[in-house]
Amino acid sequence: MPLVFAGIGSHAPGIVNRAERVEEKRREAYYAAYRRMGQAIRDARADALIVIAAEHFANFFMNNMPAFAMGMADYYEGPIEDEAWMRIARRKIPGNRDLSQRLIARVMDETDVAYSEEWKFDHGIMVPLYFLTPGFDFPVIPANINCQGPPLTPLHRAWAFGRALRHAADAVPERIAVVGTGGISHWPATPNSGKINEAWDRDFLARWQKNDKAALLSYTDTDTYRDAGQGGFEIRTFIAVAGATEGCTGELWFYAPIPIFAVGCTVAVMRLAQS
Amino acid sequence: MSLYYLQKLLYNLNRDPALQARFKADRPSVLADYDLNAEELKALTDPDVGLLYVLGVNGQLLMHYAALVGQSWDEYIAAMRAGVKQYGPVRAGIYAMVED
Repeated sequence: MPLVFAGIGSHAPGIVNRAERVEEKRREAYYAAYRRMGQAIRDARADALIVIAAEHFANFFMNNMPAFAMGMADYYEGPIEDEAWMRIARRKIPGNRDLSQRLIARVMDETDVAYSEEWKFDHGIMVPLYFLTPGFDFPVIPANINCQGPPLTPLHRAWAFGRALRHAADAVPERIAVVGTGGISHWPATPNSGKINEAWDRDFLARWQKNDKAALLSYTDTDTYRDAGQGGFEIRTFIAVAGATEGCTGELWFYAPIPIFAVGCTVAVMRLAQS
Repeated sequence: MSLYYLQKLLYNLNRDPALQARFKADRPSVLADYDLNAEELKALTDPDVGLLYVLGVNGQLLMHYAALVGQSWDEYIAAMRAGVKQYGPVRAGIYAMVED
């Protein structure tokens, strides 16, 4: 089936585990936008959700770092973080091994991708799911782009990976939703935690909403690091969603820099043709 | 230069509750399994989260180690700031990519 939903959202532990440090009205406005995206995924009658994440050394390390990886299991586990710290109880999250295998086989026609029959979700996936599928009962297929350990996956390859995912989703009978999760500018878990370059974020989101491929792929890592911190490298996940929705334009549902969450808090969706 | 093994230890610790328990009970026996220099061993043993940051440990690993050794979020951020003040700029890894 043609892809039934595509969107992007931020992740950060602080969104959940430092919630009380943000005024209720402000944080609830963000959470509501995230929940609205969850409802949109259900309204699209999706059978499975591909989460394109920027994993943070939960499963992949520099002993064997893939540029791209996808999960291929009937269930996953998360959060990998301490439950009390993360404020999300550890649990199993359903997957769909058979569907993963068919998608991965099709993605491999265009992009080399590693696969894994086990995957421990960190906050990069658990925080979005906390809002999108609060029961953690919806089948998820994790995908990872290396945004952490240089040499990083090139932006144009992230785009191509998204396009390959789109072709794979189109080729299976199931209804597939895709959500990219990352940050835009942020300096997570460093002394600069809380720094957010709002102007840079809004410029990136304008490029994303226009789905302007050339503009999205024109960033260099040196510039991104300077303007958007090491967290800015996670634009790869948002670019992959743009690659999955080439020709579509997007809609920003929420953006606000919330320093104690350590990220520009974003929810945006691409307008897909009705299916 | 053993930043790789320093981070590998933290990666393994973050993933494995049994290793965390062993580390709390008998830190030297866990550290002996990794190729670490004296400064890295000291930073892990003290523990000196600020020095670990300056040595180049990625925050996505370090924030969990800070939690493991009992630091609150604010204490963790303060420890990194103190580390930079005491030991100078980050020496290796992704945060040393360009001058801030």
